[in-house]
Amino acid sequence: MMYSEKVLDHFRNPRNVGEIEDADGVGTVGNPVCGDMMSIYIKVKDDRIDDVKFKTFGCGAAIATTSMTTELAKGKTLDEAMEITRQDVADELGGLPPVKMHCSNLAADALHEAVKDYRKKKGEA
Amino acid sequence: MKTYMDHAAARPVDPRVLEAMKPYFSESYGNPSSFYSKGFEALKALNEARRQVASLIGAQDSEIVFTSGATESNNLAIIGAALRYRKRGTRVVISEIEHISVINISKELTRQGYEVKNAPVDSEGVVDMEQLKELVNDDTVLVSIMAANGEIGTIQPIEQAAKIAHDHGALFHTDATAAVGQMPLDVSMGFDFMTLSSNDIYGPKGVGAVYVKKGLRLKSQMIGGGQEGGIRSGSENIPGIVGMGKAAELIGEEMGEEAKRLAVLRDKLIEDTLKAVPESYLNGHPTNRLPNNANIRFSYIEGEALLLSLSDLGISVSSGSACVAKTLEPSHVLRALGLKHEEAHGSLVFTLGKSNREEDVEYVTQNLPGVVKKLRTMSPLTPKELI
Repeated sequence: MMYSEKVLDHFRNPRNVGEIEDADGVGTVGNPVCGDMMSIYIKVKDDRIDDVKFKTFGCGAAIATTSMTTELAKGKTLDEAMEITRQDVADELGGLPPVKMHCSNLAADALHEAVKDYRKKKGEA
Repeated sequence: MKTYMDHAAARPVDPRVLEAMKPYFSESYGNPSSFYSKGFEALKALNEARRQVASLIGAQDSEIVFTSGATESNNLAIIGAALRYRKRGTRVVISEIEHISVINISKELTRQGYEVKNAPVDSEGVVDMEQLKELVNDDTVLVSIMAANGEIGTIQPIEQAAKIAHDHGALFHTDATAAVGQMPLDVSMGFDFMTLSSNDIYGPKGVGAVYVKKGLRLKSQMIGGGQEGGIRSGSENIPGIVGMGKAAELIGEEMGEEAKRLAVLRDKLIEDTLKAVPESYLNGHPTNRLPNNANIRFSYIEGEALLLSLSDLGISVSSGSACVAKTLEPSHVLRALGLKHEEAHGSLVFTLGKSNREEDVEYVTQNLPGVVKKLRTMSPLTPKELI
């Protein structure tokens, strides 16, 4: 299995690893049975993603795609974040091996879940 | 530093084996079926290799059939025996932890109307002999149990398994691919058929053999000019076969010492890793295991990420994780032990070999804890106290 240099870079030096204790929204997708699970935490300020962090259990592609997703999301408006697709993440990484496209490239979904979580909480508040 | 600990996947060809093979590419390139000196040369080399392989397992020369490798040998032995002796019965019994080739062959036999039964293993990977007794009946044509498992290292009670098969008039095949060259194996242990691989004893890839007990036959899976006693047609791969013969001779002479040396390294690798990494566990049998195999699982992280991190450090190993499998399923062997998917995902397989020294083991055990920690820090599953 050959990964692109960009995938390997994000795997070796993942950006924005960690949790945000008082996150405004959290999104978790996947499950450990499948071998991939990721959580994305966001802080929102003026309808923009002010800070974002992640934790991932999974393969190299799972870690690299979550890292890239957090990079793409940072500073974006919530609407813009909702527009980020799995394909965008793969493209930014210089492509993924085909087998990894569906099983490990879930981070965009986790980001969307985090935004929805924030909006839900805000709606309730 | 670079260290290679994936000898179950591929082994280097022993330089002495390569030397022995060299004349048979461009000088003694004859076909052993031909009636002139080049043909005689090739035939002589083929006979010598057959003698060398037979000698390793206490067989007669005429009982060795050369093939293209362990997968072909398993196909030929299992399908060949089931078809040839179909009148004896239509049940075939294998274990749950056979090599994937045997597992998939058994599925093909099911499609062809055979009744396949899978004998379970205990949590240390030993095939349950009581269950095997239950599964083997008078309608059983063949029982196939591996001599040892290459992934978790567990050595199987094959003499007992052979006896169970024979008690019911069934034939017994053992896939000895992982075991041969690591422990003494003799056909007098009760084998009717046996699979051998060349690369697993430092011979070239693309060569293997099947032992076929005198008086038994296999239905050919390769139809042609009748080479290898009509069981496996096709002009013989003389350089490869010569290489396998030489490899068999060398491993026969050297395996005793080498097995002792590797077992010491294996135990150090296991002990030091389990000591240095919290929530790490040995897979397979604690003592009754191949001298070169250490299979260790690490909670909360996934194997492919481990492999990539170790590869960056020059360490080559393998994993039972779904993410490294073509099927996207975790290892069927680890699942058969009763491990959950998420436990199987975090396993590493170390298979040692000739090139490994104590410093290689130290290099691994010094670097592994940091790699595990880094991935655990990233994982949402890791309990806080471990970070």
